Amino acid sequence: MKVLALSGSLRRDSYNTKLLHAAARLLPDGAELELWDRLKEVPPYDEDDDVEPAPAAVAALRGAIAGADALLVATPEYNSSIPGALKNALDWVSRPLAKNPLRGKPVAVVGASAGAFGAVWSQAELRKVLGAMGARVVDGDVAVGHAPTRFEGDHLVDTELREQLAEVVSALVSETAQRSAGRVAA
Amino acid sequence: MTTTQIRQALPTGTWQLDPVHSSIGFEVPYMGGTFRGQFRDVEATIADGDVRGSAKVASVDVKDENLTAHLSSPEFFDVERYPELRFASTDVEGGEELTIRGEITIKGVTQPVELTGRATEPLTDAYGRERFGLTLETTVDRTAFGLSWNLPLPSGEPALSNAVTLVAGLFFVKEA
Repeated sequence: MKVLALSGSLRRDSYNTKLLHAAARLLPDGAELELWDRLKEVPPYDEDDDVEPAPAAVAALRGAIAGADALLVATPEYNSSIPGALKNALDWVSRPLAKNPLRGKPVAVVGASAGAFGAVWSQAELRKVLGAMGARVVDGDVAVGHAPTRFEGDHLVDTELREQLAEVVSALVSETAQRSAGRVAA
Repeated sequence: MTTTQIRQALPTGTWQLDPVHSSIGFEVPYMGGTFRGQFRDVEATIADGDVRGSAKVASVDVKDENLTAHLSSPEFFDVERYPELRFASTDVEGGEELTIRGEITIKGVTQPVELTGRATEPLTDAYGRERFGLTLETTVDRTAFGLSWNLPLPSGEPALSNAVTLVAGLFFVKEA
């Protein structure tokens, strides 16, 4: 099982990217997490540019999502909402809606912020966007508030948050396994 | 012109749906109008008054493929997990207007439902088979089946009504 991970923060030492590394360690045997780290290369969405061949980073992201069994997104919160770069990349992926590679794909959302609330509003908006794209958005969230105090290296040291992250990862894996089983049966 | 006589009960015997001429669809108030769609791939049988039917969700017929994709997604019918809608009757009450009570299953949720409609007296069709017509209608709350998507209008009112009318115009042919 391949889980593609997308961090909504471009910063080198991003807490959201650390959160994805922490999630990778919670995956069961047989599941691997691949971090997609080219978000900065995705150009601003322009319908005039949404032609074949797609811009290289867009084609790569669409291909990476199509080739993965599930998606895990970690998002910070900018002005109570989704960071522009992340939303922009999803806008590219979403078109055309009827053929976008996220349709039916299990997706989980987690988030970290330096403030107290751990990107909860951004996570809620991201769930809405992913739902509109036709993804199967897994219940459960992880809101890592006061992020600078929660990590040592890329290890999440807060036990409660680590348990919440484990629950979300487990829900994502189980949803993905169920989908694969349904496909085999069909 | 064919004249039809209303029949006050379902006919006895076993009858299969004529899917080509039948339609099973929905009507839902949406942004000031009524949005309609139907399912192309449908099946139904009436056997001694027992009515059963199903529709393939993937066959939902609307005029835009992106809308089909949205209706198929987990926000609406979730076709990947719940490929079929089903109805099975529990009892039929005769009369000028028939009442067919039963259970309807949408998105894996089964709820009791009461369909009302009219049946016509069977006639012999152009190919020598016996057939009759049946119209049925009911209104369900889509949120009771987990179809809860909505969008607020500038007024704050939701764009899409929760009350959805299911409408069926059916033809049944007697099994040889």
